[in-house]
Amino acid sequence: MDCHADLAHATEFPHPEKPGAPQCASCHAEPVERYAEGVHARALRTKPGGPAATCTDCHGAHDILSSKDRVSRTYHLTLPRTCGRCHGDAETIRRGGIAIGNVAALFEDSIHGQALAKSGLVVAPNCGSCHGYHDIRRANDPKSPVFHANVPATCGRCHEGIRNEYDTSVHAQAVRSGQGTGAVCSDCHTAHAIKAADVPTWRLDVIKECGTCHDESIRTYRDGFHGQASALGFVRVATCADCHGAHGILAQSDHRSRVHPANLVTTCGHCHPRANRSFVQFDPHADPEDRERSRAVFYTARLMKLLLAAVFTFFGIHTVLWFPRSLRERRKSQARSDGRPTAD
Amino acid sequence: MEDPRPTEGQEVHLLRFDRYDRLLHGLLMASFLGLSLTGLPLLFAEERWALRMARLLGGYGVTGLLHRFFASLLIACFLFHLARLLHKVYVRKQRGILWGPDSLVPQPRDVVQMLQHFRWFVGLAPRPRFDRFSYWEKFDYWAVFWGMAIIGGSGLLLWFPGLFARLLPGWVLNVAFVVHGEEALLAVVFIFTVHFFNCHLRPEKFPMDTVMFTGRVTLDELRHERPAEYERIERSGRIHALRVLPAPARLRRAGYLLGAIAVALGLLMVMLTLYALLSA
Repeated sequence: MDCHADLAHATEFPHPEKPGAPQCASCHAEPVERYAEGVHARALRTKPGGPAATCTDCHGAHDILSSKDRVSRTYHLTLPRTCGRCHGDAETIRRGGIAIGNVAALFEDSIHGQALAKSGLVVAPNCGSCHGYHDIRRANDPKSPVFHANVPATCGRCHEGIRNEYDTSVHAQAVRSGQGTGAVCSDCHTAHAIKAADVPTWRLDVIKECGTCHDESIRTYRDGFHGQASALGFVRVATCADCHGAHGILAQSDHRSRVHPANLVTTCGHCHPRANRSFVQFDPHADPEDRERSRAVFYTARLMKLLLAAVFTFFGIHTVLWFPRSLRERRKSQARSDGRPTAD
Repeated sequence: MEDPRPTEGQEVHLLRFDRYDRLLHGLLMASFLGLSLTGLPLLFAEERWALRMARLLGGYGVTGLLHRFFASLLIACFLFHLARLLHKVYVRKQRGILWGPDSLVPQPRDVVQMLQHFRWFVGLAPRPRFDRFSYWEKFDYWAVFWGMAIIGGSGLLLWFPGLFARLLPGWVLNVAFVVHGEEALLAVVFIFTVHFFNCHLRPEKFPMDTVMFTGRVTLDELRHERPAEYERIERSGRIHALRVLPAPARLRRAGYLLGAIAVALGLLMVMLTLYALLSA
């Protein structure tokens, strides 16, 4: 009756009428207050009767167990399945207008999901580790742990070493400057479908993640040998991170940067042991459209295009004129061999 | 000796290409097709068909290995051809291959014949009296000759970048990369459209001219297509020396088969190339 206050004065048990909503707040004031600030409560306020989780959807009703209990719905290893009852259900996703879609499936296949479900690691994060538990907020809420600028700190709670390295990078600098343009962990690794970084497919997949912001660089990379070979699935070829580094990417002007002119022999030398000062004059981002950056390539490409245009224009005309004449010749010689008189 | 001039019901066959010419052209064909098949996927790496083609050939690693294999074959052909040329000029003293009617070297009369050929196309002049090599055949030859030097040279640079960077500044590799791709595009589209049309697919030759495979041309064909050469042969009395038996049926069939495979693969590659260029 602490939960169903409306039953306090009931005389007849079992109570014939369905009781009202339970009053969890009468004991659990603090979690309920936080819940009220979260995305689920907000959805219920804006869309009453809509599909948004309340206390019982996650915790159960009469069978509520402590989250430390290994058969509880909110046990660390079980929580993704509990969240997935809604976030992995097509109908709920549709009715609730959940833009990100089936995140439960994405998470299940991710390295974190596998660590929980397959390896049973309680140190691996579940949904709540990143999103919080009761006051789950939208990613565009600055108070949310998954708000863009807060992501490095959130991931860094476990991945502290990576975070330390990331904090020195140009990306972290841009995030700190408040411009909101610097990449954070999830921009490259994705939020839910995070994959192990030491598998070949990841090496190739991450290229396009870099390319979502660095569109000029990805264009010139794809036009070069490294980018072509990796597009065909070749793994033993330089991708973005092999030259620029991954977490601690520095500006080229920084003398500690791997792509600072003074460090190129070492960087290229990882794959090309014979690399010397001359070798590193090769530009992996040469741009045939950019006369300032790639003068020799610019003029070479122009010259080759001119050559192609000249050859195909000449032989295009040559062929188009020759074809009807050749057709007439064939008919003539056929007529001759048939013994008929020819027209000319 | 029987009369070599054509008699009723009997065709006279003359040798136009000797066995080394045919062998080199065959190896050139094989290596060129191989290089195109293994190179185009890289040139158009972002196309969906490129990935499929590379996988079909055994993945990127095998594709690259085959490309280098065919490249070595083509370089060997090129060197053998150069050696033959030197042998002809210096040992057998055939200076005629350097200038004159039997030479592939472009000469003023090629320009005149080209202009007349254009006039003949539109009915303003009689057909030029071609000799052993017409201007478009010379263009084919020199396009391949220059192409092999350019593609082969830039290809070697890209094959051994560390070695060549010791001799040349690294940006030359950027230039080599652009040249290799563009020249390859030129070669692939030219050979599989213009060369195919000029030598095989144009109505007078359709579906193909087997002379490059059998080495033989009939006296009738020669008189019609290359009257200047015919007259030279007639005058010089070399006709006996050039006369050969007709090509065995087996050789003709092999020629048709090789030609059909080359045309099919070539046209497929041209279509894929044009698709990639037009959809870009």
